[in-house]
Amino acid sequence: MLYREAGDFKKTYAEDSQTFPLKLDRYGYYLILAVAFLGVPLLINDYWASAVLIPFLIWSIASLGLNILTGYCGQVSLGSGGFMAVGAYATYKLMTSFPDLNIMIIVLLSGAITAGVGVIFGLPSLRIKGFYLAVATLAAQFFLVWLFNKFEWFYNYSASGQISAPTRSMFGYEITGPSATAEAKYIFILVLVVGLAWVARNLTRGRIGRSWMAIRDMDIAAEIIGVNPLKTKLTAFAVSSFFIGVAGSLFFAVYLGAVEVGEAFGIQKSFLVLFMIIIGGLGSIFGSFIGAAFLVLMPVLLKNIMVGQLGWPGDLAGHLELVIIGGLIMLTLIVEPHGIAQIWRVTKQKLRLWPFPH
Amino acid sequence: MFDQFLYGTEAAINGLMTGVMYSLVALGFVLIFKSSGIFNYAQGVMALFGALTLVGIQDGQVPFASLINAVFGTNVRDFGWTLPAMLSILLAIGVMILFAWLVERYLLKHLVNQDPIILFMATIGLAYFMEGIGDLMWGAEIKTLDLGINQGINTTIDSLTYDWFGYGFYIDNLDITAAIIAILLVVALTLFSQYSSTGRALRAVADDHQAALSVGISLRKIWVIVWGISGFIALVAGVMWGSKSGVQFSLSLITLKALPVLMLGGFTSIPGAIIGGMIIGVGEKVFEFVVSSSWFGDAMGFTMNATENWFAYMLALVFLVFRPQGLFGDKIIERV
Repeated sequence: MLYREAGDFKKTYAEDSQTFPLKLDRYGYYLILAVAFLGVPLLINDYWASAVLIPFLIWSIASLGLNILTGYCGQVSLGSGGFMAVGAYATYKLMTSFPDLNIMIIVLLSGAITAGVGVIFGLPSLRIKGFYLAVATLAAQFFLVWLFNKFEWFYNYSASGQISAPTRSMFGYEITGPSATAEAKYIFILVLVVGLAWVARNLTRGRIGRSWMAIRDMDIAAEIIGVNPLKTKLTAFAVSSFFIGVAGSLFFAVYLGAVEVGEAFGIQKSFLVLFMIIIGGLGSIFGSFIGAAFLVLMPVLLKNIMVGQLGWPGDLAGHLELVIIGGLIMLTLIVEPHGIAQIWRVTKQKLRLWPFPH
Repeated sequence: MFDQFLYGTEAAINGLMTGVMYSLVALGFVLIFKSSGIFNYAQGVMALFGALTLVGIQDGQVPFASLINAVFGTNVRDFGWTLPAMLSILLAIGVMILFAWLVERYLLKHLVNQDPIILFMATIGLAYFMEGIGDLMWGAEIKTLDLGINQGINTTIDSLTYDWFGYGFYIDNLDITAAIIAILLVVALTLFSQYSSTGRALRAVADDHQAALSVGISLRKIWVIVWGISGFIALVAGVMWGSKSGVQFSLSLITLKALPVLMLGGFTSIPGAIIGGMIIGVGEKVFEFVVSSSWFGDAMGFTMNATENWFAYMLALVFLVFRPQGLFGDKIIERV
């Protein structure tokens, strides 16, 4: 009753196959977009931007990327942190080498460079499968982080070994650098998030996405019916790495401003992105967002409660946070192994029938 | 050139010892993977947890002291006793078995028949959980573990090699002890799984869950046993690594060292874990020795260091491209 589809007629194929076929969903989506673009920038302040909104948006891009690879194409990757580092260092080198280049172009170019690196590390996936592949992608993680630490060219021979983003602006608003405003950063990232989510949605429901899913469900069978595993797996690696590279680029240039590679893009980050897509839901665009929101918001919330409200010491709160996050991951997997997206699907199904359950 | 060769040999022998320590962690992985198909990421944290528990029990710390103090405003720290090493080891083993039972009861039981990736994720969650619990129970500061194991240079080998080559090899007593214990463990495990009825049941479960169930083997009991054994191995690994470098968070990172060992040796093979560990241990030390040496720098124009972080993975990666199931793993047969 609450979630009605009666009277919602489709007259064309295009209407039937749109992303939000139900009016209620569609208007809800427009409403969210309107609030995100028009409402939030009016209310945003530095704390909310840097603690919640900007990390949420950036991690959404990263988990969209990993979800394409793991959720849609079935190739488990633990190298996301390394690929984010590639995005970040590509951004840094491009920013310092070409000062006049537009920041948006730099971010997209960094994504493209990461895609290239991703394809190289994706090559073994043609031979190695399952857990062996997951562990093999750790090679990318450790090797890339080591590489960026080792060769000084990557950080322009700076003494600290850090990279820091110079100031760049777009349409007269500063996007990167210390004096950029929260609104400008937020809008810049939001545009990218919406654009990339649109791309991801349309890729995954088209021919390429279907070949990814065919490979995921059973690669040998897919090969027999004519899906080219080489092309399919490598496109998945490329697209996924592009997204993750963009996320890394934004994480460095817009969010943090200065990073040290081992600290910012360590293996913990790879696990974080994997947690996001597992908790959110494998093979779901919505799940990528909800997973990112969950894992960004929860630590902030826990910290506020334990340190802010109860006044416990910070290290104790940190340990309890680990326990709670670990426990929640296990609980989610026990209750609903397909993630929050699945809970949402079930809820929608229930709402359609409510209050008559049969 | 000859002294370079000697240094290289010394590095290789030390690598071999370290490799055996990697194998210790890898063994726990293999056991669980074989019997339940679960890729247990928490193995390293189990080692950390085991070592923390051992130190905590030995020093008579009050578990969850910091939490109790924060909630009740008290100031408890320890019971004020020091237990003998043997007793605390037995108690720590007891804790690890209790832990195995809890994991089976509250986690694995609910996840039967899920995808391997889901189980893998669950163990990552478990790793986080245990890391937090370990810190909460015993505190996060670096602890020293002293069970009376000999440490420092082995003088016999030192003087012997000095007599032979004019250069004394530096080999740590602790590493030798660890290697001997690892070898004993492997022999014991092999005997156990070949000749005891529980061991036979274990192998049956590893072979085929359903067939094992149908002849009356209790899967859940086997899982508790396997996790208990893995917990014990983790405790041994934790004690060895903990005696070497102190009991601290970085202990849990040895998981990351054991993973390439597993890949190389094959996820399902106990000898594979041992030999893989040795290959990786020797390989990374020798590689580091070569690429950081001056003559490599002369030849290539640059030297590299700290390659230990990734060399094992790269080696395993390249190796797997040619042999996807690892050295001794079961051949991967795929059917449509």
